[in-house]
Amino acid sequence: MGITEILRMALGSLGVNKLRSGLTMMGITIGVFSVIGVMTAVSALRGSIENGLSFLGSNMFQFAKYPVNGGGGDEEGPNRRRYEMRRDITLEEALRYQRLMEGVADVVCVKSFENNITVQARYQNRKTTPGITFCGSNEHFITANQYTIDLGRNLGADDVEFARPVAVIGQAILKRLFPSESPLGKMIKVNERTYTVIGVFADKGSSFGQNQDAIVMVPLTRFLNDFGVARHTINIATQAPSQLLYNETIDKGITAMRIVRGLRPEQENDFELYSNDSLIATFAKVADVIAAGSFVISGIALLAAGVGIMNIMLVSVTERTKEIGIRKSIGARKASILTQFLIESVAISLAGGVLGILLGVAGGNGLALMLKASVVFPWDWAALGLIVCSGIGVGFGFYPAWKAASLDPIEALRYE
Amino acid sequence: MTRPTGALVIDIEQVTKLYQMGEETIHALRGVSLKIHRNEYLAIMGPSGSGKSTLMNMLGCLDTPTAGRYEFNGKNVASMEDDELADIRNREIGFVFQTFNLLPRSTALANVELPLIYAGLSPSIRRERATRTLQDVGLGERMSHKPNELSGGQRQRVAIARALVNNPSIILADEPTGNLDSKTGVEIMALFETLYEQGNTIIVVTHEEDIARHARRIVRLRDGLIESDGPVG
Repeated sequence: MGITEILRMALGSLGVNKLRSGLTMMGITIGVFSVIGVMTAVSALRGSIENGLSFLGSNMFQFAKYPVNGGGGDEEGPNRRRYEMRRDITLEEALRYQRLMEGVADVVCVKSFENNITVQARYQNRKTTPGITFCGSNEHFITANQYTIDLGRNLGADDVEFARPVAVIGQAILKRLFPSESPLGKMIKVNERTYTVIGVFADKGSSFGQNQDAIVMVPLTRFLNDFGVARHTINIATQAPSQLLYNETIDKGITAMRIVRGLRPEQENDFELYSNDSLIATFAKVADVIAAGSFVISGIALLAAGVGIMNIMLVSVTERTKEIGIRKSIGARKASILTQFLIESVAISLAGGVLGILLGVAGGNGLALMLKASVVFPWDWAALGLIVCSGIGVGFGFYPAWKAASLDPIEALRYE
Repeated sequence: MTRPTGALVIDIEQVTKLYQMGEETIHALRGVSLKIHRNEYLAIMGPSGSGKSTLMNMLGCLDTPTAGRYEFNGKNVASMEDDELADIRNREIGFVFQTFNLLPRSTALANVELPLIYAGLSPSIRRERATRTLQDVGLGERMSHKPNELSGGQRQRVAIARALVNNPSIILADEPTGNLDSKTGVEIMALFETLYEQGNTIIVVTHEEDIARHARRIVRLRDGLIESDGPVG
């Protein structure tokens, strides 16, 4: 007999017990939802990191006081304390590094950030929301952080040398402070310090919930004059001349850093090195742990849901003993009965799985959107989800289906 | 009343059936021999415990004998596997039960189509044959009704249509009027008479003498043995 007939029979009998089928389905839906939701969010973030966003420009690496994740994520933990104990990287050290690297790498970006969340830019009576990125740097910032100049000019070496009070602003600042006029030559105030706008960055978008266009950049020297050297450690980004010389340049950079930091040979580095690769690797490690955790949890949930399916199918077989007897008496083979009940359990499982995938993709992308990552549909996880659900349907449905197929027709017909 | 001259359909020889009930062994059939030809109308009678039901299950290929020979249309049924028996039931045997045994959630038409589904026929052929068979038993107007929307007599007609639809070699009816009032019972027996006259082979299992008298030949069982076998007289 055709599979379409069995399919119609199986789905017909599911429709009779809508509530029961629905509740059984829920278990699968929840299990699939959790894993697909997490996987969608993770792959949306991963995608936006690997494609949309490079933290640093090409062939760049960076030295900093703190590691990229701030010391293991635990703000109060011993790791955080260890990094805090380090000396800040000072302007003098940075400039010395720059001199040491002359001829090896010409593009050295030094930069420091004001991390106070009250930082706010204003022009006349208009002001930005607090919490913009305020940064002191040099002419290489745009290379190191992959910005481009849309209007006006970049910082120049002489701006840095003479600590001129000039600023390059991002698109978000532009829209806020200068909605209908040219910003060039205008005086803006950032926390009561005055700067002349000389340029505007092109649109860059967001990453990780941080608006990269809400930025004001001034010369590093001016920044340290205005906001003080205390608590302003300097990050040093270096661009290798080519991909080929990348590792060699990193080695030379580390040597230069050790010299400027005055480290003896037996002392460990008291600074962190990171590159695009190490940043991505750090994120990937976190993502893998999250993925593995959600995998285990939803595995357990799916196992429980599978037991639920088996339970409900056993009830169904018992309830429908008479029906099975009738079908056998008019010539249903073992395989027909087996297939009919297997399709029922697979249908419950798959329907639950599809619902779980849809909810999970919606939920995961919702989370990703909140973190300003782009929307993805994780085809691989969705496909895997469907395969696993079919497997659960077959695996946990087999025993009840086999029990149904093996019923003695005489006994089954006599059952009331 | 002439003896039937059709081909041999059922040939049973020295069939026994033992059941194990805990410690006790029950001899349901103790050596039964029976030949049934095409276009016979036969009643099997006997008190409860006579082996009547066991013999019916055996004839209907729902069960196989412990010992003895059973040939159905020349094929040895006694040694068949479950799936082969299922195929025989599907193609050669039409069951009519006392309690009708229709699928309650399917329409009359769907119930009658069911054997054809298991026979692997295409939807259009199934529909056409099931429709024609339902018309033949006088239910052409009620094909889309479910069993609970039909009277007892109508339900039994659906069951008979289902038994007939695959052109079986025998129709095996187990107390076909047991759940019907006497007037409806008479109508159903009249339908069997018509089917017999159209050339069908009919076996009715009953304990009612009145019902058995519709047949042309009566086999009486007692204690697992055939007590008598002869034309209705």
